[in-house]
Amino acid sequence: MSYRSPLARVIGLGSAREGSAHWWWQRLTAIALVPLSLWFVFSVATMTGACFLDIYAWLAQPWTATLLISFLVCLFYHAQLGMQVVIEDYVHREGYKIAYILLVKFLSVVLVIFSLISVLQIAL
Amino acid sequence: MSLHNRPLSPHIQVYKPQLTSVLSIFHRATGIVLSIGAILIALWLGAIAYSHEIYVSLHEILSSFIGIIFLLGWTIALFYHLCNGIRHLFWDVGKGMEIRAVYQSGWLVLVATVVLTVIVWTVGYFACGW
Repeated sequence: MSYRSPLARVIGLGSAREGSAHWWWQRLTAIALVPLSLWFVFSVATMTGACFLDIYAWLAQPWTATLLISFLVCLFYHAQLGMQVVIEDYVHREGYKIAYILLVKFLSVVLVIFSLISVLQIAL
Repeated sequence: MSLHNRPLSPHIQVYKPQLTSVLSIFHRATGIVLSIGAILIALWLGAIAYSHEIYVSLHEILSSFIGIIFLLGWTIALFYHLCNGIRHLFWDVGKGMEIRAVYQSGWLVLVATVVLTVIVWTVGYFACGW
């Protein structure tokens, strides 16, 4: 039997007030990253002998830019979610914990915006 | 009360390393490595878009011996985290949680990591002669 009140069960968000959102987005981005990261790594591997202009031309293709932007959004979101769990597990002083989590969040947002602007600059 | 210097469970300093626990901590370690690697991807894209000089020096660093070792470590970390991540996704739907299956999938992840790393570096090696 459950000791939770009917209201708590209906709202279902737990003490963190976000329910299973963190867990779910970590899995969703993980599933997306399986094909996307394989595509990225093998694409880059086939271009080890390519010159700057070859790489530039590859990035300028609409499909490359589309997949790359999908990859970058999932990558930085997944990295932020994972680093948050690591910080929550190993940093025990509350102030430092919050500061590090905020730092990782801000850093991942700035990096994803910067890399998207870079891709769009090349592709558009 | 001296609560603070007590050893923390699971007493990793006296605990025999096992495949399960070692692969678990590898997953975290490679995740941290890959997060740092993601910064380099952003830098690489920014250099291609905005600064040819930074791109050239980045290319030189990554083509050096230390750069190649770094890239090799990065691909191993990526393929390990990817394969072990799939293992975690199977556990999330309740599959393969028997001890025997956990050890089998653990070894499978290690073999797949080596195979994928060899394949991608073979592709990279032959692509050099463009």
